[in-house]
Amino acid sequence: MDQKIIFITILGMMVVTYLPRALPLLALAQRTLPELVIRWLSFIPAAVLSAMLVPILVLKEKSLDFSGDNIFLWAAIPTILVSWKMKSFVGAVIMGMGCVALGRYFFL
Amino acid sequence: MNAYNNQSTRPKSILASALHQVLPLMLGYIPVGFAYGVLAQKSGISNINTLLMSLLVYAGSAQLIAVGLFAALANPLTIVATTFIVNLRHVLMSAALAPYLGTWSKGKLALFSGQMTDETFALHATRFAKGELQAKEIFSINIIAHSTWVGSTALGLAASTLITDIRPIGLDFALPAMFIALLLGQIKSPLHLGVAIFAGIVSTGLFMLGWTQAHVLTATILAATLGLGGYLWTKKSSL
Repeated sequence: MDQKIIFITILGMMVVTYLPRALPLLALAQRTLPELVIRWLSFIPAAVLSAMLVPILVLKEKSLDFSGDNIFLWAAIPTILVSWKMKSFVGAVIMGMGCVALGRYFFL
Repeated sequence: MNAYNNQSTRPKSILASALHQVLPLMLGYIPVGFAYGVLAQKSGISNINTLLMSLLVYAGSAQLIAVGLFAALANPLTIVATTFIVNLRHVLMSAALAPYLGTWSKGKLALFSGQMTDETFALHATRFAKGELQAKEIFSINIIAHSTWVGSTALGLAASTLITDIRPIGLDFALPAMFIALLLGQIKSPLHLGVAIFAGIVSTGLFMLGWTQAHVLTATILAATLGLGGYLWTKKSSL
């Protein structure tokens, strides 16, 4: 693909990424939100992270895969344990990637 | 996550303190930015465009998706529209941070928004809830994170000729592992756990039904609403 077209596409991507990030803050920050809205918003981080994560772990193509071959699913268990017990972000990322690398090396 | 929970061990200068807090996030970014750099190079995007995308778009999952679309010679409008849908979730994050930044000027808010990713959002959401709203520190954290993203993209570009396949080193699990760590930091109550489980199940179900773009946004809105319902219900029954 022509690099000029790629560059223009990137500019388009920039605009459509920036607007959802900026508009709510600019529109909502100067006013006090009702308590119920704040309560609702407090659930957003947990909900959105889980909504992004779970399909990556349990789906292969478009169907559920709980088999031994689904290495992401099994690597998630030690990753969760490290993240939860050791409260370490870095440890979790390294543990996860290490398990996937080892799993592929030995089993697949 | 522990690194920024423990205030007492933080360095005194703002920059050192920001670096201390952002370090776990940097280590999460490096493998993902690296993977993006490698994949972009292999899909025929020039080095300068690859770096510009990290600088200007600054959205890991959308960039990784876009690389796949560029490689498949997708229509530019399709790429922009997909990016929009993938990043629409930031609407909710932006709205969630709004209550804390009521005293900030529009200019500051506009600058802050440009550097709000899933990860900086999760970091700031935790910090803001504890009343840590010092602008200098917030922007230091964001600039370090953004630079790390662009820098790790450059590393990926430099290394791409040496790496033929990213799978044997587990690079493709960097993003899910980061989501796991961020998610566990957000489980503040049994109700939050319930909301997360519900969101995960609904998102997966919608994806299987063919909602491969809107599943995250839809599941998030449903789960947060259910969480609010659960909160009101427990409050009512405890009175």
